[in-house]
Amino acid sequence: MKRTMKTLVVACGAVAAAFGVGAGTTPAQAQGKTITLCWAAWDPANALVELSKDFTAKSGIGMKFEFVPWTNYADRFLNELNSHGSLCDLIIGDSQWIGGAAENGQYVKLNDFFKKEGISMDDYMPATVVGYSEWPKNSPNYWALPAMGDAVGWTYRKDWFARPDVQKDFKAKYGRDIGVPKTLDELKDIAQFFQGRDIDGKKVYGASIYTERGSEGITMGVSNYLYDYGFKYDDPKKPYAMDGFVNSAGAVKGLEAYKELYKCCTPPGASNSYMSEGLDAFKSGQVALQMNFFAFFPGLYKDPNVGGDKIGFFVNPAGPAGQATQLGGQGISVVSYSKNQPEALQYIKWFSGGDVQKKWWALGGYSCAKSVLNDPSFPDSAPFAKEFLQSMGMVVDFWAEPSYAQLLQAEQKRVHDYVVADKGTAQEALDGLVKDWKAIFKEEGKKF
Amino acid sequence: MNELSASSRITYRAVMVRPGMARRIRGLSDKTLAWLFITPTIVLLLAINIFPLLWTIYLSFTNYRANRANVPTIWLGADWYQSILTDPDIWAAMQVTAHFVIWTVVIETVLGFGLAYLIDKKFRGHGMWTTIILLPMMLSPAVVGNFWTFLYQPQIGLFNYVVAFFTGRAASSFQMLGDVTLSPWAIVIVDAWMWTPYVMLICLAGLRSIPDYIYEAAEVDRASKWRQFWSITLPMALPFIMLAVLFRGIENFKMFDMVNLLTGGGPGSTTEVASITLKRAAFESWRTGYSSAFAIILFVTVFGLANIYVKALNKVKSR
Repeated sequence: MKRTMKTLVVACGAVAAAFGVGAGTTPAQAQGKTITLCWAAWDPANALVELSKDFTAKSGIGMKFEFVPWTNYADRFLNELNSHGSLCDLIIGDSQWIGGAAENGQYVKLNDFFKKEGISMDDYMPATVVGYSEWPKNSPNYWALPAMGDAVGWTYRKDWFARPDVQKDFKAKYGRDIGVPKTLDELKDIAQFFQGRDIDGKKVYGASIYTERGSEGITMGVSNYLYDYGFKYDDPKKPYAMDGFVNSAGAVKGLEAYKELYKCCTPPGASNSYMSEGLDAFKSGQVALQMNFFAFFPGLYKDPNVGGDKIGFFVNPAGPAGQATQLGGQGISVVSYSKNQPEALQYIKWFSGGDVQKKWWALGGYSCAKSVLNDPSFPDSAPFAKEFLQSMGMVVDFWAEPSYAQLLQAEQKRVHDYVVADKGTAQEALDGLVKDWKAIFKEEGKKF
Repeated sequence: MNELSASSRITYRAVMVRPGMARRIRGLSDKTLAWLFITPTIVLLLAINIFPLLWTIYLSFTNYRANRANVPTIWLGADWYQSILTDPDIWAAMQVTAHFVIWTVVIETVLGFGLAYLIDKKFRGHGMWTTIILLPMMLSPAVVGNFWTFLYQPQIGLFNYVVAFFTGRAASSFQMLGDVTLSPWAIVIVDAWMWTPYVMLICLAGLRSIPDYIYEAAEVDRASKWRQFWSITLPMALPFIMLAVLFRGIENFKMFDMVNLLTGGGPGSTTEVASITLKRAAFESWRTGYSSAFAIILFVTVFGLANIYVKALNKVKSR
């Protein structure tokens, strides 16, 4: 009973923290200003609430948090920005929003502020600067401070891999030892091996992968295959020229391979899975492999049922054309409609501090600062730290154009139609995607 | 009035016609007074209904995007209308919508009328059964969408287990929401479960409005129960049934929340009803002009069909 009460109190506290109730409510807040930070409702957000208490203690500025579940995150905050709302003083916005937010004047440009405060983008991992801060890409125009590094990675059931019966059967079937897959083909073999297998009297399945239709799920998943098979968004020498890059022979094979993995090796009913469905499948012991963002890995490692010695982590395996992974993560920006811009900038300055970045990583956030990531002790600081570092060195992001949402919707539809709904061929899906993307860019006035 | 005592008469006058008010009102005509009463409502309607409608019509002819207010607005004429009406994806969404509307209305009408007919028999405990049957329509569509997602879950969902029990198939061998063939029916089942009670309620009102003496006269004429049903019950309840069909048809034509929660339009675009396509264009792609044109097309379609239907309904009523 006592334990139940304790759990209840902790749960209520967590819920209150997640909704910003009472978070950062200090005497200073009552006297001074309060700023609101908007982000997604997930594990790292709770770490940020904890971290931000130091900011309030130091500056006397209170912090309020507006966290929205991932499924509504883009809808909610893009609505807020587009309606010139002043709910958020600071926003940790998705990497793809940067083009639109910069061009539509929704984020404050931070170049002068960075210069004045001595904040250098050279102190951050290059991929995160390009992905989270710059618009136009690869130009020194900064609209955010890299805040939360993230990429797609994989988890596996280390304890299942270590079982003698599994090892014996796998070797007998594939002629090699079971281990962390180095290639996407190996990954499929492992997933296929576990699909429908009996583990301790329970039927388990191969892999949980992203297949969600409504927001961005299947695009974030399939990209990990497409990149490895040679897909490129456009001609590196001729921007927006997509023919033969988006729908190259390699890309078609990559899309086919993703569909094969979905058909052969996912649990029943996994036709609309994204982050939380993946976590559920893994935590409930349904799957041997799980595709998900690194942001969830600290929580998974702590999980009493599947964490600790039972879980292992690995980077997205290589394909025939190389090895890359989908970028996740976000930068922190000041909203141009905020009435508390000086305080919001003060928060960014504080957040960029070396000690704060170290604590951010220690609490479960993913720092993008070189001072943290290049520290010799970093790879051993967590069981997934080495893989995170490796992944951040090979990330590729989706379009970050102002029209990114339209581009994303087109890919969601084309890919879901092919992979889940069995409509047409992979070639037709990617040819259709090129057609859709061309129409969108044409409407945008792009020349290609 | 003549029966009132003198003191009551004085009180009555004092209440009915206060001198100041009387003077003010006496100067106003009946018409002015009528306008005075309805003006606030008209202003409210203009502000929240008519103005947005006119503004949407205007936007549908422009390139306006709500997320790019700084981009100059260009007049495009009927370009969006042309592009929408020739877009195969839009026609696919309209087909999905038609499938959903037709089947839900047919199922709900048949079941709703059947239930109303049973409840009307006033058997023992009919009040309790009425309350139980009405429960689904009292729930929020968001709640219904969420819990049916669980009911349809192939591994733990009750629905799959029930089907498995009766068919002998393995529960996890089929997925209602992830299968191209089954998912359009999955959303029809949920809507029918939720809204059949509503149709039942309207039909019940119709059945209860039939006077008993008509049945008594039929009994005297030795009409069979079957004959009574076809010659009295059905014709007299028909206007109510048609009204229920109209309400459900309009509602389901613009169905969004439940389908969005159940399938998000998937798998692929199998259950992408028109309102989901519209929402994606308006609030995800922010193609405000385009989505305004689409909204107007949907509005005209519903309005036109409803008008034709209402005319038919009036004909039935006047029979």
